[in-house]
Amino acid sequence: MPDELAQIVADYGGEKGALIPILQKVQERFGYLSEEAISRIAKLCRISESEVFGVASFYAQFYFTRRGRHSIKVCLGTACHVRGGERILDEIKRELRVESGGTTEDSKFSLERVACFGSCALAPVVVIDKDVYGRMTVSKAKEVITQYE
Amino acid sequence: MNFADIQKRAVAKWEELQRSPESRILVGAGTCGKAAGASAVLRAIDDALGRHGVKAAVIQVGCMGLCYAEPMIGIIKPGRPQIIYGNVQPEVATQLIADYVANDDLRPDLALGYIGDGKIDGIPNLFDLPVLKPQVRLILRNCGLIDPENIDHYIANGGYSGLVKALSMSPEAIIEEIKKSGLRGRGGAGFPTGQKWEFCRRAPGTEKYIVCNADEGDPGAFMNRSLLEGDPHSVLEGMVIGAYAIGANHGYIYCRAEYPLALERLRLALKQMEEYGLIGDNILGSGFNFHIKIKEGAGAFVCGEETALLASIEGKRGMPRSRPPFPAISGLWGKPTNINNVETWANAALILQKGADWYAQYGAERSKGTKTFALVGKVERTGLIEVPLGITLRQIIYDIGGGILKGKKFKAVQTGGPSGGCLPASLLDSPVDYESLTAAGSIMGSGGMIVADEDTCMVDLTRYFLTFTQAESCGKCPPCRVGTRQMLDILTRIVQGEGKPGDIQQLERIAMTVKQGSLCGLGQTAPNPVLTTLRYFRDEYEAHINQKRCPALVCKDLIAFYILPDKCQGCMICMRSCPVDAIGGGKRLVHVIDQSKCIKCGTCVDVCPPRFSAVVKVSGERVEVPSQPVPVQKPE
Repeated sequence: MPDELAQIVADYGGEKGALIPILQKVQERFGYLSEEAISRIAKLCRISESEVFGVASFYAQFYFTRRGRHSIKVCLGTACHVRGGERILDEIKRELRVESGGTTEDSKFSLERVACFGSCALAPVVVIDKDVYGRMTVSKAKEVITQYE
Repeated sequence: MNFADIQKRAVAKWEELQRSPESRILVGAGTCGKAAGASAVLRAIDDALGRHGVKAAVIQVGCMGLCYAEPMIGIIKPGRPQIIYGNVQPEVATQLIADYVANDDLRPDLALGYIGDGKIDGIPNLFDLPVLKPQVRLILRNCGLIDPENIDHYIANGGYSGLVKALSMSPEAIIEEIKKSGLRGRGGAGFPTGQKWEFCRRAPGTEKYIVCNADEGDPGAFMNRSLLEGDPHSVLEGMVIGAYAIGANHGYIYCRAEYPLALERLRLALKQMEEYGLIGDNILGSGFNFHIKIKEGAGAFVCGEETALLASIEGKRGMPRSRPPFPAISGLWGKPTNINNVETWANAALILQKGADWYAQYGAERSKGTKTFALVGKVERTGLIEVPLGITLRQIIYDIGGGILKGKKFKAVQTGGPSGGCLPASLLDSPVDYESLTAAGSIMGSGGMIVADEDTCMVDLTRYFLTFTQAESCGKCPPCRVGTRQMLDILTRIVQGEGKPGDIQQLERIAMTVKQGSLCGLGQTAPNPVLTTLRYFRDEYEAHINQKRCPALVCKDLIAFYILPDKCQGCMICMRSCPVDAIGGGKRLVHVIDQSKCIKCGTCVDVCPPRFSAVVKVSGERVEVPSQPVPVQKPE
């Protein structure tokens, strides 16, 4: 891991305001921001570790623990809320025995609730990895999940 | 190559495409279209074309806004207007290729309407449909009709002519033109755009910035996403014009990472602009230099607030700061900065293309032009709409939206997202403009419009918004940090049936404190959902607090499910579906719900065959049912 991370930082060549894009690239490559990654980014960017962690922990996009192979995001935007998104989340939680924000024991799925994907006209919406599923129902959601290995 | 040549070539290519002897198939493949299954439709079309040995150009276009009819495709055969088909599942697509593309059966039964000159028997003009008739599509004029990944399509339809015109004018004259148009900020606050540009232009300093705010974080809103996906150049053209008028050489687009397709299209569009000399150094030979960088948001709602957004571009925590100094004086890296919303930039381009007078003919006295809205929630026809300002809520919900889903009763419409308010039926005839919505206690906001019906609990909906704002509060100023938490705690108690007398007054007090004392827009508007629901739906709060009853039958702690012994046929369907095995009984035995085990998920209501309808949901009352399974009383 060391060289790839250094390369990502070097690609930004000390550009102003590059910390967030660097964190995004590192997470994209390694799946999450480990303690070691944060400490190395801090050294390479010549800022304190607390500043790096302070920025990273402010934004919902960054994870500090390893994630499952697939990410399930249940939208709970307003449109999804009034059309029953919560029920779908409850059912997935029960089915996979995982809390939102958590990862299943077999590391297959990470489950998250998110505020809005902007696909509100097709509410309720579930996003698995990069696939967007609209007009979900409890039973359709359960069926969709089984398609992922 | 100068712009006249570029334009001539683009128009020639566009016309050639219109005259092409080949059929064209346009597939709505924005995020919504894909969520509705456009990818499978694309595959089905390819397969079918291959099978029939027909050649046709398949083009992916943005969203036409008729989300309720997704997936949608349009078919253009030489010499005929485009025919739009809705709810095209893969098997329907296969059928359409066989019937219409390979043969010549128009399949009016599957068509929504046609677009273009001519007339087709049995198929209406698309723009005469009730959903489109009241709409005025200026900003969305190209969405769904041009290929967003082809800059020539945009240019052939008048694109970048506004920039050419702007470059021949003085910056002051451009600002005058924008002022004359009456354009106000489309991000929600409605500040006059021309004035904002002028502040920044006049600010001392040679290094200035402009920013496009594409951090569309309001849950229930997707106007900006659709525009960026469907017609990215319209926004970019506005930015270049604005940069020239303001005197900025650098611009940023701050776009949510949750919008991958919009980001991809923006990157591609910038590359195409570079090739044509529409961005970079010496734009179209004018000597004006302008560069745009894209910044991906990292998931923080507060970054839609302008000072927080700037902090985030600078690589810091996205926390707002107090104003003044306003960004126009001291913004990004301490330099004068002008920030506008996606839609505002697109409006600016249109004003320069068509002129301020033309633009000002649309809209209301103090709110000029059109506004896009994401019409969602419990309406028949959900979608992305564009209407002249001044139209009434009723026209939007009933004429365009087709009324409430499944013929239910309207309860409220929520505008302005978590910063807005919930308006009741008595306000349905008020016009949609900045002043009227503010007077009603809501805001225009960026354009989310969520309709709630009789099955929506207003207390629960308010709690939902507070859950959101509480989580998204950045924590910098105490009124917002502590106040949103306190309001959420009270609302949570109320929906759990633990409301106390005095809660309503307490909520009002906290709401006013948060509204007056918070640093930024997030905190100042977070109490709006609480205040408007207390104003218009107070009886629902009182029912929860005093009678421990949820009139809309939503709040889990206040409702119960019962199986009626005179209706249950003992078919065991609900028993088998119950996820927690809370239903007892057996074949031909009336089923009984163990209330202590029931998690109120409602699955039993969903699965009970409609001809029995044996499961009821109640709040604040007890239904007499046997405590043990008994034989079915009235066999079918």
